[in-house]
Amino acid sequence: MGGLEKKKYQRGSATNYITRNKARKKLQLSLPDFRRLCILKGIYPHEPKHKKKVNKGSTAARTFYLLKDIKFLLHEPIVNKFREYKIFVRKLRKAYGKSEWGTAERLKDNKPTYKLDHIVKERYPTFVDALRDLDDALSMCFLFSTFPRTGKCHVQTIQLCRRLAVEFLNYVIASRSLRKVFLSIKGIYYQAEVLGQPITWITPYAFAHDHPTDVDYRVMATFTEFYTTLLGFVNFRLYHSLNLHYPPKIDGQAEVELKPAEGKEYAMDSESYLEKLSALSASLARVVAPTQEDDVEMDEFPVEGETAEQMDARRKEQEALEKHKKLFEGLRFFLNREVPREPLAFIIRCFGGQVSWDKSLCIGATYDVSDPSITHQIVDRPQVEQQVVGRYYLQPQWVFDSVNAKLCLPVADYFPGVLLPPHLSPFVTEQEGDYIPPEKLKLLAMQRGEDPGEESEEEEEEEEEEDDNDKDEEEEEEDESEKEEEIKLKKMEEQKTQSNKVQCMAVGLRLEDKQRLEQEQQSEEKRLAIMMMKKREKYLYKKIMFGKKRKIREANKLAAKRKAHDTAMKEEKKKTKKARRA
Amino acid sequence: GVGGTGHPHTSSRGVGNWGWGLCCNRADGCVAVLMVARWQSTSCSHPRPSHHPASSSVLQDIRNTVGNIPMEWYQDFPHIGYDLEGKRIYKPIRNKDELDKFLEKMENPDYWRTVQDKMTGADIKLTDEQVDLVHRLQKGQFGDVHFNPYEPAIDFFTHEVMIHPVTNRPADKRSFIPSLIEKEKVSKLVHAIKMGWIKPRKPKEDTPTYYDLWAHEDPNSILGRHKMHVPAPKMKLPGHEESYNPPPEYLLSEEEKLAWEQQEPAEWRLNFVPQQYRCLRAVPAYPRFIHERFERCLDLYLCPRQRKMRVNVDPEDLIPKLPKPRDLQPFPTTQALVYRGHSSLVRCLSVSPSGQWLASGSDDGTVRFWEVCTARCMKTLPVGGVVKSVAWNPNPTVCLVAVCALKQVTWHGKGDYFATVVADNSNMQVLIHQTSKRWSQNPFRKSKGLVQCVLFHPIRPYFFVATQRYVRVYNLLKQELTKKLMANCKWVSSMAIHPAGDNVICGSYDSKLAWFDLDLSTRPYQLLRHHRKALRSVAFHKHYPLFASGSDDGTVIVCHGMVYNDLLQNPLLVPVKVLKGHALTLDLGVLDVIFHPTQPWVFSSGADGTVRLYT
Repeated sequence: MGGLEKKKYQRGSATNYITRNKARKKLQLSLPDFRRLCILKGIYPHEPKHKKKVNKGSTAARTFYLLKDIKFLLHEPIVNKFREYKIFVRKLRKAYGKSEWGTAERLKDNKPTYKLDHIVKERYPTFVDALRDLDDALSMCFLFSTFPRTGKCHVQTIQLCRRLAVEFLNYVIASRSLRKVFLSIKGIYYQAEVLGQPITWITPYAFAHDHPTDVDYRVMATFTEFYTTLLGFVNFRLYHSLNLHYPPKIDGQAEVELKPAEGKEYAMDSESYLEKLSALSASLARVVAPTQEDDVEMDEFPVEGETAEQMDARRKEQEALEKHKKLFEGLRFFLNREVPREPLAFIIRCFGGQVSWDKSLCIGATYDVSDPSITHQIVDRPQVEQQVVGRYYLQPQWVFDSVNAKLCLPVADYFPGVLLPPHLSPFVTEQEGDYIPPEKLKLLAMQRGEDPGEESEEEEEEEEEEDDNDKDEEEEEEDESEKEEEIKLKKMEEQKTQSNKVQCMAVGLRLEDKQRLEQEQQSEEKRLAIMMMKKREKYLYKKIMFGKKRKIREANKLAAKRKAHDTAMKEEKKKTKKARRA
Repeated sequence: GVGGTGHPHTSSRGVGNWGWGLCCNRADGCVAVLMVARWQSTSCSHPRPSHHPASSSVLQDIRNTVGNIPMEWYQDFPHIGYDLEGKRIYKPIRNKDELDKFLEKMENPDYWRTVQDKMTGADIKLTDEQVDLVHRLQKGQFGDVHFNPYEPAIDFFTHEVMIHPVTNRPADKRSFIPSLIEKEKVSKLVHAIKMGWIKPRKPKEDTPTYYDLWAHEDPNSILGRHKMHVPAPKMKLPGHEESYNPPPEYLLSEEEKLAWEQQEPAEWRLNFVPQQYRCLRAVPAYPRFIHERFERCLDLYLCPRQRKMRVNVDPEDLIPKLPKPRDLQPFPTTQALVYRGHSSLVRCLSVSPSGQWLASGSDDGTVRFWEVCTARCMKTLPVGGVVKSVAWNPNPTVCLVAVCALKQVTWHGKGDYFATVVADNSNMQVLIHQTSKRWSQNPFRKSKGLVQCVLFHPIRPYFFVATQRYVRVYNLLKQELTKKLMANCKWVSSMAIHPAGDNVICGSYDSKLAWFDLDLSTRPYQLLRHHRKALRSVAFHKHYPLFASGSDDGTVIVCHGMVYNDLLQNPLLVPVKVLKGHALTLDLGVLDVIFHPTQPWVFSSGADGTVRLYT
C-alpha cells in the first residue's frame, strides 16, 4: 500500500523511444523537412529490443527514433533555417503574385542559406571517422557528376560533384593509394587505402542515364548536399597532408605542356581548368617544392609484444606495397579512343605509368600514337590494323588484372581479339572450405613466384594442335598431364593453407574397416551428445551446421559446374580438331 | 484565296482608286480569276463617259451601284445589280457550254487575258498594263512601277543634343516641386526598414568554403554522441559473379535463371543475373545503378538499426562434454533375440523375478510365456480380451502373474499388494488389493482426473498416481498427499521409479521424458527430448544405473542414469544407445520396455507383434 501507483509504459525502454510522427510534432517540422534534417544530421530509426514494450503493448509496425536523438535535434540551428526558408518562399511567391519585381529581387538577395560545416564536424569528430564513412559519399558524387546538366538537379550541384570527384582522383594519384580495381557489370569499383582506411567507391560506366521515375531525387540531392560538404573538407585535409595546393593547381611545367599548341582556346578559362584537371595527366603543384630529404627512410620502431617473425612479415608486406605502388613505373601507355579514358588514365597514373591518348579525344594528351617510346597500347577492338613494332597491343582488362595481381601479368592472354581469361573480383578472400576458381589458384601460385608451368603446357598444346599427325593417345596424356597440373596446384594450395587433414595413402582393408568402425562410433557418440544439448544451444548448433552445409553445397555445385564446363570445352576442342583433320 | 483590298496610292497619271481582289487557286498553281473592281475606271480601258458625252448612248455606263458586297447574293436573280439610274443590270445571256468554252479557248488568242467582271458579269479583256500589274503583284513587287521603296530615311530625332527644344512648351510646375507620391513611397520604405520588415542586403561572406575542419580534433570524442549509436554497415563488396567476365561456373544456367526470375526480389541472393561480355567495349550501362544508390540512401536514413551480436562459436564447443558411452558399460547394444508368435500388437511385458521367464500380453487376446534365453514360447494363454497389462509378482517365492484388461496393474515390492487402474473418471479408478486377505480397498474418495498409471514406492509406503499432467505422491500410512510433481508436459503416458526410490521418470505423449529428483524439487530436474514421437513406456533397471524409454518412432533409447549417494551431487544422465529394430505399424512403434532383473538386457515389445531382446 501507499506510494505512487506504477503505471505501465512510463519507465524503461518505452520512454527511451519515440515514434516518427511524435518526433515530427515535437520538432514542429513538416515531413520533408524532418526527412532532410534526419539525412543531414545522420539520425536514423532504431529497432528496439522489445518492440511490443516500446510500442505500449501494440504490435503495429512503427519506426522508432531514440528520444535522445530527437532531443538533440531540437537545438539544431538548421531547423530555424528551414523555417526561414519556408517563410522566404512564401514571401517570394507573394511578391511574384503581386508583380513586385523589385521586392522579389530584394528577397532573392537575402535568400537564407545554411552551412553544414558544424554538422560534418559533429558527425565525424575525428578525420579518420570521416574517412571511414567516405564510401557512400564518393559513390554518390561520382554518380551525380555523370548526370546531364539539365533536369534532375541543380547544375551547381553537378558541377561541384564533378570538381570534388576529380580532386579526389587527383589526390589518389598523387598519393598513389589505389589498391584494387574491379570491372563489374554495374560499374567500376575502386578501392584506395587512405591513412590505413580502405575506401571503396563505384563509378557507373560512361553512358547517358535512363532516369527512373520511381526514385525520389530530392532525397538523393539532400544526401549529396551533405556528401559534397564532407568530401570538400576531406579533400582539403588530404591535399594539405601531401603539401599540395588546395584548390589544386597544376604543376607549372605541366601547364605549359597542356597548352593547346594551335593557340586556340579549348574552352572557357573557367572550364578549361577543371577539364585539364580531369584529364588526370598532369601532376599537381606542391606548396613546398619536394626535396630529396622527403624520401628519408622511416626509422622502424618495434611494436611492443611483437615477435621478430611478425616484424619480418610486416616489413615484407611493406616492401610488397612499395613494389605494388610502382607497378607501371617506366611504362608508357597509349589509350585508343574506344577504351574508357578516365578510368584507365586514373589507374595507370596511380601506379606510376605514363599515359596519353589521341589529341582530339580529350585535353591533356602528352604524346602521340606514333611515339616510338610507347610500350603498351590499350586497344579494345578485335584486331589492329597497322601495328607498330616494339609495343604490346593489349585489351584493357590487362591493366585491371595486373593491378589486382600486384604484378604485370603475362601479356599473351590479353592480345586483341583473344578470348580473355575471367576477370576475378579482388575483394574476395577465400576462407578454407570456400570454392576457389582455378584461375585464382593459378594467380596465387604466380604471386608466390611459383611458375605452374601451365603456360608452356598450353603453348605446346597449341602447337600440337596445329600438328596434324598427333595421336589420340598423346592427347589423352596431355589431358592427364593437365589434370595432374591441376591437382598439383590444388595440393600446393592445400599445403599453403596447412589443412591438417590426415591423408593415408596406403591403407589396408582391415585398417580401413577398423577406421570406419571407429568413425561410426565417434559419430554415434556425437549424435548422442547432441541429444543432450540444451534447447537453445541445439537450435544454435543446428543453425550453424545448416549454414556450413549450405556453404559446402554451394562450393560443390560451383566446382561441378566448372568441371562440366571444362569437359564440354575439351570435347569441343577435340571435335574441331577432328573436323580439321578430316 | 488571298485578297489585298484597298491599297490606295496616288500616281502621277491620275489613275483612280483601285480595289482589287486577287483570287488564286493554289492547287492549279496559277491565277484563276482576277477580279478587278473599279471605283473609277482607268482612262485607257474604258473611256470615261464624261469625256465623250456623244458616245454615251453607244457606250453605256453600266457601273453597278450595289457596292462591295458578295455577289453570290444575286446568284438567283436575273439581274446583277443596279446602274446609276436605278435600273437593273441584267446578267449577260450566257449559254456557253463546255464545248463553246473550249472552242473559245482554242480560237480566241486573248482568252488568257479575258476575265469576268463579277459586278457586271461582262467579259473584260485586260490591257497590257493591267497584265503587267498582275505580274508584278504576283512577284510580290509594288503595284506602281515607279515607286522606290528604298528611299533615303530622314531621322527626325537624333541622339545629338540640339540647341533648340523639340517642343517649345515650358516645364510643368510639378517638375520643380517634390513628388508627394514618391515621398509616400519613400516614407513607407523607411518605415519598413525601421520596423525591420525590410532587411538590408547581407554582405557577402568571404570565409573560404573549405578549410581544415579537423584542425583541433578531440581524439577522445565519441562517434555519434551516445553509446546506442550504430554506424551504418558498409555495402557488400562484389564477388566474382559480379564481374563483367566471370569464370564460367558463376554464370546461371537456364533453369537457374528461370528460378531467379520466379523468385520475389526480396528472396534473391543476388540482385542481378551474372553476365559475361566478350570485351569491355560490349559492357552496357547498368540500368539499376541509380536505383541501387537510391536504395542505399533509403537504407541509411529509413532503415531501423539494431546491434546484433553475431555468435562466433565453434559448433563443436556447443556439444556438451559427456563421459563416453564406452566407459559407462555395461548396457544393451545389439539386438539378440526376437520373440515371434503374437499376431497383433504386444502391449505389455513382464519378466519373472528370477529372470528366466517372460510374459507378454497382446491385442490378440492371449498371454504368452517365453523362455528368455531361447525365445521359445512355452505357453499360450488365451484370455479372451485385449490384455492391457501383465505384472509378475516380485516375490521370488510366489510364482504369480497378474494379467489385466483394464488399464494397468502393478505389484507392491513385497508381492502382497497390487494396484489396478480402470479407465473411467470416477473415484473408483484406482483400487488396491491384498492377495493374502483377498480384499480390495479404494484409497481415494474423490477423482483427481484421469489416472494414467500408478506405482508403489519400492521401499517406503508411498504410492504414486500419475494423472494427465501431475504425479501425486501419497503416503499410504498417513493417508495424505505428500507431493505433487509438475511434469511440464501435456499428457503423461508412463512412469518408473528408481530402485533407490528418490528419482522418478515420466514419459509423456509429447515426446518428453522428465526426470524428477524427489529431494530436489517438484519440477523436473531434466527434461529430455530424445524421441521424435510420443513415449509409450519408460523403465529403470533394478541394479545397473540404466533407464530406457520406448517410443512411437520405433526406437528404444537407453540412458545411463547415475544417482549418487552424495546428496550434493546431481544425477548424471547420459544417453548411451539408440536401439532400433521394431517396424512401425499403424504409426506405433515400441509399446513397452522392461529391463531384465539381473542382466543389463532390455526387452521391448512392439506394434509389429514381436518382442525383442537387446543385450
